[in-house]
Amino acid sequence: MKNNSVHPPKWANRFLEWYCKPELFEDLQGDLYEYFERNIETKGRRRARLNYTLDVIKFFKPYTVKKLEILGQLTQFIMFKNYFKTSIRSIGRNKLFSAINVLGLAISMSVCLLMITMFSEVKNYDRFHADYDRIHRVTNAQKYLENEPNLFASTSVLAGRRLKAEVPGIEAATIITRSFRADAKVGDNTFPFNAPWVDNDFFKVFSFNLLRGDANEALAEPYSVVLTDETAEKFFPDQDPMDQTILMNDQNYRVTGVVEKPPFNSHFKFSALISYTTYEQEERKREENDWWLNWHNMWSNYAYFKLDENTSIDQVQARLTSIADDETSPQDQTKIILGTQPLTNIMSGPDMSNQIGESIGNQALWILGVLAFVVILSAAFNYTNLSIARSLRRAKEVGVRKVVGATKKQVFTQFTIEACIISVCSLIIAYLLFFVLKPLFLNLSPEMQRSLKLEHEPIMLVYFLLFAIGVGISAGFIPSLFLSKLRAIQVLKDASSTRLFSKINLRKVLIVVQFTLSLAFIISASIANRQFKYALNFDLGFDTENVLNVSLAGNDPYLTKAIFEQIPEITDISLSSHVLSTGSRYANRAKSEDGLDSATVYLSQIDHKYIPLMGHQLLAGTNFVKKDKVEKEETVIVNETILNKFKLGTPEEAIGKVLKFGPESSLIVQGVVKNFHYATLDSEIECFAFRHQPQNAEILNLKIMSDNILNTRQKIEAAWLEFDDVHEFRGSFYDERIEAAYSEFEVMFTIVGFLAFITITISALGLLGMGVYTAETRLKEISIRKVLGASEGSLITLLSRGFMWLLLIASLIAIPSTYYLFDSVLLSDQAHRADIGALELLLGVIVIFVIGFMTIGSQTWKAAKSNPAQTLRTE
Amino acid sequence: MKGTNLGEFEEIVLLTIAALIDEAYSVAICDEIERVTDRKVKLSVVHAVLNRLDKKGFVKSHLGDPTNARGGRRKRFFTVTHAGKVALTKVKEQRDQFWSVIPEFNLKFI
Repeated sequence: MKNNSVHPPKWANRFLEWYCKPELFEDLQGDLYEYFERNIETKGRRRARLNYTLDVIKFFKPYTVKKLEILGQLTQFIMFKNYFKTSIRSIGRNKLFSAINVLGLAISMSVCLLMITMFSEVKNYDRFHADYDRIHRVTNAQKYLENEPNLFASTSVLAGRRLKAEVPGIEAATIITRSFRADAKVGDNTFPFNAPWVDNDFFKVFSFNLLRGDANEALAEPYSVVLTDETAEKFFPDQDPMDQTILMNDQNYRVTGVVEKPPFNSHFKFSALISYTTYEQEERKREENDWWLNWHNMWSNYAYFKLDENTSIDQVQARLTSIADDETSPQDQTKIILGTQPLTNIMSGPDMSNQIGESIGNQALWILGVLAFVVILSAAFNYTNLSIARSLRRAKEVGVRKVVGATKKQVFTQFTIEACIISVCSLIIAYLLFFVLKPLFLNLSPEMQRSLKLEHEPIMLVYFLLFAIGVGISAGFIPSLFLSKLRAIQVLKDASSTRLFSKINLRKVLIVVQFTLSLAFIISASIANRQFKYALNFDLGFDTENVLNVSLAGNDPYLTKAIFEQIPEITDISLSSHVLSTGSRYANRAKSEDGLDSATVYLSQIDHKYIPLMGHQLLAGTNFVKKDKVEKEETVIVNETILNKFKLGTPEEAIGKVLKFGPESSLIVQGVVKNFHYATLDSEIECFAFRHQPQNAEILNLKIMSDNILNTRQKIEAAWLEFDDVHEFRGSFYDERIEAAYSEFEVMFTIVGFLAFITITISALGLLGMGVYTAETRLKEISIRKVLGASEGSLITLLSRGFMWLLLIASLIAIPSTYYLFDSVLLSDQAHRADIGALELLLGVIVIFVIGFMTIGSQTWKAAKSNPAQTLRTE
Repeated sequence: MKGTNLGEFEEIVLLTIAALIDEAYSVAICDEIERVTDRKVKLSVVHAVLNRLDKKGFVKSHLGDPTNARGGRRKRFFTVTHAGKVALTKVKEQRDQFWSVIPEFNLKFI
């Protein structure tokens, strides 16, 4: 035989073996070999190998291919009952192991069921619209110089108008602006009312169900209102709402339609709609500027459009890009880029600011999905681990089966079915746990309650079952493969001599992975907790203590203030437009006096009392002068950052200089406050200014001095209700508001903490199983050692040393990787954050070691205590 | 059942088997046909034909002893069965009959 070193391609041979009839195989392969050897001499190795492969493929013909083994499949089917029975028996015989497996899988599966339900619910959002796959919305990316762009779900009215007018290939487009608030007077009753302005094409894009009125006309005229059936019932009980009038802000609005309340799975929810022409008319009346039509006014408008059937979104995107280029002037430091987002992607899409309704965002979904996967992985590892550990006991059974004639495939099927039975049992428990977890999960945050119901249709049960079977098959795969490969003769001759423990490394790896994950969870939970605490205790640069912020709900600030001044515990009252440092921001463009520099300046509109009440520190200049009505705004108080941006010099030098806010307001800098955190801690301090506009106030800041805060609060609430019986009292302490603003950390802490608890429980269960197994199999060894004089302490060390090593390795992997994950990925966009301390990292390790030692220790202790005479007697 | 007609290529293969006597296995058959007829013969085609002849009962096969060549795989040797011989004879007779009625056949006219 020549050229012994050259062989035909292996996979080609394997393919031949797979398809070829056994009676033809040997001779056929021989022929091919002969040609192969000939080809090596004449054509070279590479051609020979290629020809061999081609020939193998050419021989794939009806007469060479194996017949389907229907008979074999039939046996599988007949044997199913037997597999089922033996599986049940084996599960029943090993109650502890089965219980560990079922319990672990059930707990983690319930988390997964929650996730599956959530994902399917999120996926079904907004799919009730006709042609939902053709509806998109315009999004904005705001880019300051070369910084990372900020994404906004909102856009400018101008972009919406140009979309409607210039972009071809669109069936319909609609502009929505939020949000109109007023007190609606209907007859003698007053209701708080809030609704977006939407234009007349609204019903051409969306298929909200218009019950009354004409879809083409309802929102055409100014001062037209379309109510939802729910609102109509509230405003006009037992009357026909059509053509009724509602008095709001001294203006009569006519009801021109009734629409069905938006379903729960609509990201955009409303209780009424107002015609867009109303908004245009009101804005034109104001006349002072056309800021509402400005390209940069992209804070509260939304544009949705429906594509023509044969237009692609890319064509529209190209046109939008050119519109954005057209609007951007070269000297603008802040550029706005227009983008599009499919309707069905809003719930689960990228995280954007200024959402019109609910959006969970893909980041949160990803994190939750990965976490659920990790948890189920951990439980599946338990199954794999324990099954391999126990395979010594099952080896004889496999041997007998094989002697009687079972094939590898049949043994494999049997063990896979056993795994599936375990996982389906777990599913039943998991389904019950699901109903326990559901309310807990939804109550984590109000956003969750608003956007998720977690109800499932019957079809979901089928998915659950498929999921359980999938988990069973993957968890049982390695043990089944391992057991099916056992050789009958070896196993039956001497079970202990088979190299059963060749899989011991795999088991160690699985344990390490499990504990690494558990550790990572514990550490993450404590980091999240620390970040939350850090945010709450952060020095914002002003004093939030004992300040109760009360929403005016449209009442006159001065009248309301007069009411509260009656209460002695309130020492001071100031007015402001919104509550700073809790997430909401309001900004405008400002220019320097010569008009060359311009920047986005965040604003708060306040009265003269606000700055002293909140304890802001004035670096230079003076506070606003007391005035009850500010007829003409003249001065402004700015922060330090603004001085740098507009090159106003030191605080002292800046006093008296002028900044332009819009064409009308040239304001003289009256004071400079020390920089403080007006936004949440994820962003840096930028330009900020206080404007003296008490008439725009929406919030009363009450400074309270009282021994009994709760009592005072009730007093304030009572005073409010006496004064205004239409609006509910909406007041909360500043610190509570800040806490709510950082609730995401708290939610994260709760979720991760809970998952940490679950994974630790599962891992500990797995460790317990392994401990029991080790102690059982080494019982004889222990007894002999004891007889020879080993102490109990040394025996425990001997047995648990191996596991402790694994835990140590797990910590060495988990600590740096979790640290990296938080330091460089998860918290990297936080401008201000807590350091990750050594305590957080060590805490997890300690917890893991204590739990690990207790589980292993208890079992080894039992083994070490056992009486050697009992175990050795039977020998 | 398959028909008992012999196709042209089938006839050649069958004749080759008969001619090779004890050495008739697939690769040798291929080589022999190539040598005699001077045409390229694919192994897969010969295989298919051998399979068909086997089905028709014109040949039978047995596996030889393993050798060092061919990666240790045994060869499948073919021999012509009685039915095969009958079929071959029949074909030859039919042809002879046609030849006998063609008068003054001269190659030069072609």
